[in-house]
Amino acid sequence: MTRPAVRPDAGQASSATFLGLPAVVPPTAPRGVGMLRGDEPFPAAARRALADAQLRHNLGKATGTIRARRAGVVAELDDWDRLRAAGAAIKDDVLAHLDDYLTRLEEQVVARGGVVHWARDAVEANRIVVDLVRATGATEAVKVKSMATQEIGLNEALADAGIAAWETDLAELIVQLGHDRPSHIVVPAIHRNRAEIRDIFAREMGAAGGVPAPDGLTDEPRALAEAARAHLRQRFLSAKVAISGANFAVAETGTLCVVESEGNGRMCLTLPDTLITVMGLEKIVPTWRDLEVFLQLLPRSATGERMNPYTSMWTGVAPGDGPRAFHLVLLDNGRTATLADPAGRAALRCIRCAACLNVCPVYERTGGHAYGSVYPGPIGAVLSPQLAGVTDNPSLPYASTLCGACLDACPVAIDIPSMLVHLRARVVDAGRGTGRPPSAERAVMAAAAWTMAKPGRWARALRAARLGRLLGRRRGAIGRLPPPLASWTTSRDLPVPPAESFRDRWSRRQAGDGLGSLREGQR
Amino acid sequence: MRIGLFVTCLVDGMFPDVGDATVAVLERLGHEVDVPLAQTCCGQMHVNTGYAREALPLVRRHVAAFAGYEAVVAPSGSCAGLVRHHYPALAEATGDAALAAAAADLAARTYELSEFLVGVLGVTDVGAHYPHRVTYHPTCHSLRLLRVGDAPTRLLRAVAGLELVELPAAEACCGFGGTFALKNADTSTAMLADKMRDVLSTGAEVVTAGDSSCLMHIGGGLSRLRAGVRPVHLAEILASTAPAAGPPVAATAVSAAARAVR
Repeated sequence: MTRPAVRPDAGQASSATFLGLPAVVPPTAPRGVGMLRGDEPFPAAARRALADAQLRHNLGKATGTIRARRAGVVAELDDWDRLRAAGAAIKDDVLAHLDDYLTRLEEQVVARGGVVHWARDAVEANRIVVDLVRATGATEAVKVKSMATQEIGLNEALADAGIAAWETDLAELIVQLGHDRPSHIVVPAIHRNRAEIRDIFAREMGAAGGVPAPDGLTDEPRALAEAARAHLRQRFLSAKVAISGANFAVAETGTLCVVESEGNGRMCLTLPDTLITVMGLEKIVPTWRDLEVFLQLLPRSATGERMNPYTSMWTGVAPGDGPRAFHLVLLDNGRTATLADPAGRAALRCIRCAACLNVCPVYERTGGHAYGSVYPGPIGAVLSPQLAGVTDNPSLPYASTLCGACLDACPVAIDIPSMLVHLRARVVDAGRGTGRPPSAERAVMAAAAWTMAKPGRWARALRAARLGRLLGRRRGAIGRLPPPLASWTTSRDLPVPPAESFRDRWSRRQAGDGLGSLREGQR
Repeated sequence: MRIGLFVTCLVDGMFPDVGDATVAVLERLGHEVDVPLAQTCCGQMHVNTGYAREALPLVRRHVAAFAGYEAVVAPSGSCAGLVRHHYPALAEATGDAALAAAAADLAARTYELSEFLVGVLGVTDVGAHYPHRVTYHPTCHSLRLLRVGDAPTRLLRAVAGLELVELPAAEACCGFGGTFALKNADTSTAMLADKMRDVLSTGAEVVTAGDSSCLMHIGGGLSRLRAGVRPVHLAEILASTAPAAGPPVAATAVSAAARAVR
C-alpha cells in the first residue's frame, strides 16, 4: 500500500519532513465506485423530491424538531462561540500539519498492536477491507454507522466479494433493509416515517436471512425498536468481524473514538475478533485534551444532546479484552485534493454533525437524495464537488440560496456560503477551458457585464427595458413569459418596468426639475 | 454628512421609488445625498453565480465611483453585504494593491439603510407616518451577513400609525437567492410557498423588507396568487409622511377598507 498523496515523498518510508502543500495536483475520488456523485443534476432530482408530499412532511417535522433541540442546548452554553473557535483552530492546525499528525498516529497505532493501511482512494480502501475480511475466513461482518464506508461504497464491494455487511445502527438498518440510500449524515432514514419503517421491517427482516419481525408488528416506536433489537442481537453474537468509521483519532496515543446513541457501536467494537476501522485522514485531533472541545461541540450540534449516550474509545489491541486484531484504514479519496485549495480546504474541518443540513431551507424541502452524494445539504454541496471534482458535481455548489444559516450553525465555523461562491467560480472556470462555445448562461453574464461596464450603456439598456411595460399593460404585472424567463414566471409575476429609471429621474431633477416633492416624501 | 447613494442596479432599473425614498429619508434627517452616476452594478449577480472574472471591471468601477464619500448607503442588505464582505477578497485576488486598499476602505464605510440610520446616525424615529398593518421579513444577507439585528423593526415601531405584526418563521429564507430563483426554480418556489403562507397568516396588508430583490420574489408570488398583500420596501415606509392637512389620502382609505373586509 502506498502512502497518501499528502506526502509527495510517498513510499519513502518514514522520512516525514515535508510540511505544506503538495507540489502536483492531487487526484480526486475515482468514478465508478462509491457514492459521491449523483445520476442527475440537483435541480432535476430536487423537482422529483419536491413533489413527494410524504417526504416533505417527514423532513419538515424531523428537521424542525432537531433544529429546536439544538438551539436549546447551544443557547445554554455561554462559551459556545469560543468553543467553535477552538474547534476550528484545532482542525486548522491538524490540516496544516496533516502529514506530521498522520505519521504520529500511525506510529502510535502500530506501537499498540494495530495495523495501519493507507488507501489512496475508494478502490484501494475497498480492496484492503475485502482482503482483510477474506483473510479471517468470515463471510459476514457487522457495521457501525460510518460515512466513510458509505462514501466508498464498501457494502457493495463486500457484497461483490460474497461478504454480507450488516448495518447495526437503527437508521442505517432501515436504509439497508429498504434497499435505499441514506439521506442524512446523522439520521440516514430521516425521509422515512414510522409507518414506512414498520412495513420495511415486516417485509425485509426475515428475507434478509435474519431474525424476522414479530407477527402483528405495529408502528409504535417501542415495538419497532424491540424488533430491531432482536434482529440485531443475533448479528452481533454471530459476527467475527466488525467494520467501523471513526469520529476522531487521537494522534498522541493512537486512540480511536466513535460517538453514538444506541450502543450498537459499542457491541461491534467489543464483541468480534477483528475490528477494521475506515477513517477519512482528516479525522485526527492532536491530543486527548482536544476531545474536550469536540465532545461538547458534536452531540449538541448533531442531536441536540448535551452528551451522547455512548462514547467508545480504543487504543490498539488489549489481550483478553475486545478484538484480537485491529486494522486502521486511512482514506484519502480526494481529501488531499480538497486540502490543496486554500479557499476550500476548511470543508475538511467538518465533524459530520449535520447541523447545517437541519437548518438548511433547501435540504429541508428536497431531502438528501437530491444531492446524489452521501454527503447532502450545505456541507455536501461543498464537500462532494471537492472530493469528486467540480466537473462531476457542477450543480451542487448552486444548490443554495447563500442564506447563511449553515455558517451560523456550524460548530467548526466553516464559511459554507463563501465556499459555495468560490466553487461556483471553479465550475464556471472549468467550463472556460474546454474550448467549447460558451453556455447560454455565460453569454448572458458576459453581455450583462459588458452593458454594466459603462454608465451610458447601462442607462440605454434601462430605457430599452421600458418596452417590458407593454407586457404588463393589462394587469399591472407581467405574467407568464417564454423560456428562459419562464423559470421566473412559472410561479411568480414580474413587476412592470418603471417609465423612468432612477438615474434618469435623478438626472432630470438635478437639471432643475426640483427635489421638492422628494424632500416631502410623498407617497 | 456627505452620503453617496449606492442605489443598486435593481432599484435603478426596476424600483426607482425605492431610490427616491432612500434619498428622502436621509435628506429629511439633514444630510446631503449625492448619487454618483458612474455607478452601475456592484457585480453581486456575477460574483455569486461564479463569474468573478466578469465582475472585476464592475468592482473597479464601483470602488472608483464611491471614492471620497464619508458614507455609502444602499437600500439593500445583499448589495451592501457584497461590498462589505467580498470586495476586499475579490480586490486582493487581483494582486492590485491600490485596488485592494480602496476596496477595503469602501467596505468599511458602506452601509445598508437601516443599520446606517440606527447604528451610525443613532436615529430610530425618522418622522414617518404609515397607517397600515405591516409584517417584516428579515432578508438573509441583512440578518446573517450584515447582522443588522433589530434595526429595521426599531425603525418600523417608531413609524406613526404603523401596526407591526410578527412574521412566523421570519428568519427562514424566502427562496430568492439571486440566480438560484432561476437555476433551482422548483426549490425556490417551494420555499416561497412557505414564506407566503407565513405572510398571509399575519393578516398584514403590506410585507416589507430591506431588499427589493427578495421583495420582488415574495411580491411576485403574492401577485400571482392575487393575494392582495403588497410588497413595500422599508425605505418607502420610512419615507412616507402624514398628509399635511385635510382628510386621509386615498391609500389610507383603501387600507381601512381592506381591513374591514378582513
